[in-house]
Amino acid sequence: MTIAFGNPDRPNSYIGKTVPRPNAERLVQGRGRYVDDIVLPRMVHVAFARSPVAHARITGIDLEAAKAVKGVLRLFTGADLAEICTPWVGVLAHLKGLKSPPQHALAVDRAAWVGEPVVAVVATTRAAAEEAASLVMVDYDDLPVVTDTMTALDPETPLIHPDLGDNLAFRRLHEEGDVEAAKAGAHKVVSARFRTARHTGVTLEPRSILVDWNPAEEQMTAYHATQAPHMMQTVFAEHLAIPEGRVRVICDDVGGSYGIKVHVYPDEVATAAIAKVMGRPVKFIADRLESFTTDIHARDHEIEAKIAVDEDGKILAIDVDDWTGIGPYSVYPRTSAIEGNQVVNLCGGPYDFANYRAQTTVVFQNKTPTCQYRAVGHPIAVAITEGLVDLAAAAIGMDPVEIRRRNMYADDAYPVTSPAKMRFEGLSHHASMDKLMELMDYDALRADQVAARKQGKHRGIGIASFIELTNPSPFMYGIGGARISAQDGCTVRMDPDGSVVAMSGVTEQGQGTEAMLSQIVAEGVGVSPSRVRIITGDTQVTPYGGGTWASRGAGIGGEAALQAGRALRDSILEVAAAMLQADQSGLDIRDGQIVDADTGIERMPLEELGRIVYFRGDTLPKGLPRELVQTRHYITSEYPFAFTNGVQASYLEVDTDTGVVTLLKHWCVEDCGRIINPQLVDEQIRGGIVQGLGGALFEEIHYDQDGQLLNGSMADYLVPMAGEMPDMVVGHVETPTAESELGAKGAGEAGTAGAPAAVMNAINDALRPMGAQVTEMPFTPERILRALSKIQD
Amino acid sequence: MYNFDITRPTTVDEAVAALSADEAQPLSGGQTLIPTLKQRLAMPSVLVSLTAIDEMKGITEGPGTLKVGGGTTHGDVAQATKGSFAGLHTLASKIGDPAVRARGTIGGSVANNDPAACYPSACMACAATIHTNTRDIAADDFFQGMFTTALDEGEIVTAVTLKVPEKSSYQKFEQPASRFPLVGVFVAKHADGVRVGVTGASNNGVFRWAEAEEALSSNFSPDAIEGLSVSAEDLMGDLHGSPEYRAHLIKVMTKRGVADAS
Repeated sequence: MTIAFGNPDRPNSYIGKTVPRPNAERLVQGRGRYVDDIVLPRMVHVAFARSPVAHARITGIDLEAAKAVKGVLRLFTGADLAEICTPWVGVLAHLKGLKSPPQHALAVDRAAWVGEPVVAVVATTRAAAEEAASLVMVDYDDLPVVTDTMTALDPETPLIHPDLGDNLAFRRLHEEGDVEAAKAGAHKVVSARFRTARHTGVTLEPRSILVDWNPAEEQMTAYHATQAPHMMQTVFAEHLAIPEGRVRVICDDVGGSYGIKVHVYPDEVATAAIAKVMGRPVKFIADRLESFTTDIHARDHEIEAKIAVDEDGKILAIDVDDWTGIGPYSVYPRTSAIEGNQVVNLCGGPYDFANYRAQTTVVFQNKTPTCQYRAVGHPIAVAITEGLVDLAAAAIGMDPVEIRRRNMYADDAYPVTSPAKMRFEGLSHHASMDKLMELMDYDALRADQVAARKQGKHRGIGIASFIELTNPSPFMYGIGGARISAQDGCTVRMDPDGSVVAMSGVTEQGQGTEAMLSQIVAEGVGVSPSRVRIITGDTQVTPYGGGTWASRGAGIGGEAALQAGRALRDSILEVAAAMLQADQSGLDIRDGQIVDADTGIERMPLEELGRIVYFRGDTLPKGLPRELVQTRHYITSEYPFAFTNGVQASYLEVDTDTGVVTLLKHWCVEDCGRIINPQLVDEQIRGGIVQGLGGALFEEIHYDQDGQLLNGSMADYLVPMAGEMPDMVVGHVETPTAESELGAKGAGEAGTAGAPAAVMNAINDALRPMGAQVTEMPFTPERILRALSKIQD
Repeated sequence: MYNFDITRPTTVDEAVAALSADEAQPLSGGQTLIPTLKQRLAMPSVLVSLTAIDEMKGITEGPGTLKVGGGTTHGDVAQATKGSFAGLHTLASKIGDPAVRARGTIGGSVANNDPAACYPSACMACAATIHTNTRDIAADDFFQGMFTTALDEGEIVTAVTLKVPEKSSYQKFEQPASRFPLVGVFVAKHADGVRVGVTGASNNGVFRWAEAEEALSSNFSPDAIEGLSVSAEDLMGDLHGSPEYRAHLIKVMTKRGVADAS
């Protein structure tokens, strides 16, 4: 039996509808359980003395003053922890040539970025631990600092890791067709230099971990704010020499993650190691400065790019030279080469063209390590692609929507393989663009722009088409040797009262995973979502899975939940058929009742079936299966990734006296396949757009040439705030993936992927009559005025 | 935060006496000092709170003047100047957020003389007199550079008297996160001429833009300063704006202030 998704009046039609979030009221009442809310008997706190310099040899450590602080229990140096915690190396086999040196939980002999943990201080209170950490005296012997990406490979630049031979972590060149010939024969070749600034994720809840070691059971329990509990289970087991089955990672409520909490952080592993040594619970909660200096950074790219077009605006070639600086270590285990790799994979994504060349060069720096952050590589690739397309349109005098229509893959062209060798199962660029035009009333907006210009107001419209990589298969990490599951599972059981409990390997970070799962399971079984309890984030309880990242929760975890729910439904109906002496195929479960499928007449409530199975099993036929627990797993198999697509538009006004950009309105039409919960999808799109707008206008981590981070506070690292955000209109086109019954692809990153490019193009649309152009993010007021030549040095 | 003692005197005399203690530090609304203490950037032994001193609170109108007690909150100033003193009303009502305005005081602001504080620009543009427990000081003499004033050790700002202009406007270009002025310009048109106070911009703290004052005194219109420019020399540069950008903004904000006040 398949689900008639097209019929909104079908029984148990919860998939596709906005249902209340089961955890919302609890969180709003302040009854969430975040790591810092957990207090265990004998718990102690750890704080870290961190490197104040970007690169130095550690020549001496004096712990005497720190030890004297009241409440301090123990201090650990890098050498101390190296005895019980093995180092790790952030490489993946399929990223050929990627190299990185071993990284320790605490710096041993050498510190390589400002913020690297050097000494751990354990005390009975956080205050005492911090006090003592400030009294740890470390002698640093300065080493040369490398901070500039573009000169990192120059012969005169010092080597950060002399053993590796150079400062190159990874380089990949992809070539398709003949780019040089295409450029030579083109009507126009337009080039631009793009820059995306270094960002960080700024989660409301900072990184948090509480680890307990029970020597009697030789079991480690880590309460961890993470997106990937099973991955962390493996990491703790492997590097602390514990059998994997003796590590339990529990992930209760998480206050935002955005990719920040899917990586292995030295201070978190150190906390686990210390718990094992001390045999008592140890808590580490990052403070905001630690978040800025040690949460992964991302997006620090400099790009030279070219586009070649013919007279009709047809794209002939795209040529991209991308550089990024990642810090001194490739982050374990997902590596810091993925973002550059994604830029190569994603540039030109929406367009049907033949000649493509893209190279990414990933270099080491003495800055905070970079790694995967929401929409990994997408905002960069979309900015490059859509920036180039707009410049090409301007160069040949074509409307930016028209040039896109002439180049986007036709909606009936699928399946198709892109010049970057990405395989697309089914996308809807043209239908999405049509819907966008309708939503924004493009022609009326152009008229408003003209009218505003007459009044001296400089408004601009920016369009950005995009693709988004979701539902990754093992091709993302598994084939490279990382123990990161692309498969996910769900166990669904019915209890005696007819209520349902579902345990899933995907996790909740505040985005509504549990709501999404509850409605899928509800429809799969045939009960109200309020009768479904969801359990996530416990490696000892849930099926093994990958967790939540790369927009996989709904597409992978959702399908597993649907299949498990339907399997439970079948088990229930088998019992019901025996009890009612009816044909199983003639029965259905609707709203918690066994009914006749044809007439809907109620035959028996699930509570009655539960009562018989659990308490009067003697009355059922001997040998009748009565497994009211079912588990199913799901992994994609046809395509390495389920690509989604969409298009965004920004309407804004530039104040050419101050350089301030005012966002007037923003639109996004996206196609994430089957929509499970419209409100949650819209929230993901809106939140993603906000993060994208932050990148476009505000966010930038600054370092000086000595590798000192200059803006490690919320007063100086500018995040987008509600007052600056425009109204957003979100529209959808649904092209379900045929890989799963559910048909859902991911929606978590589309907003972030396209928003910066839309804003960039809108600003340049506003500035074009004045002959000015900006391509270096964020587009601060000063950068805009400099582009307008209103200020000079 | 380090440990400290706190006292809450109820008269200026008691406060002055308490401030004679070793490493004593006056505390007004605490909107700057408390965050500083929390970050362990200061470690006074005694905080002398000035918030219980009634004689330092309140606003009194004189002939063409407004006297504001040093302990008067921004919120109270905003309330009292609504409809009567446009520039000061705008200034006071846009400092921080409601919580900041309910605690922060004019005395604390001028005594600290943060180069990005709002009030010093109003004091300069409105020819203010700063009253202390020992003397009266003209604003032009009081502000002596970034975080530096004419105050002696233990001297307390008890009130500020501003000359109420015929027309005024405060234009603040905000740093997006802190909402402090990246550049703040207070334009005040008095019967005897125009004064322009500029905050947020200079390495030397608040200053008056003399050329603009002269031009505007003869022609109070934005066009009057079209030909003028501000030198970027000695202006502040930081992550949010270079000296050149601030120089540009001073002119833009001054023109907007004049247009708004006209």
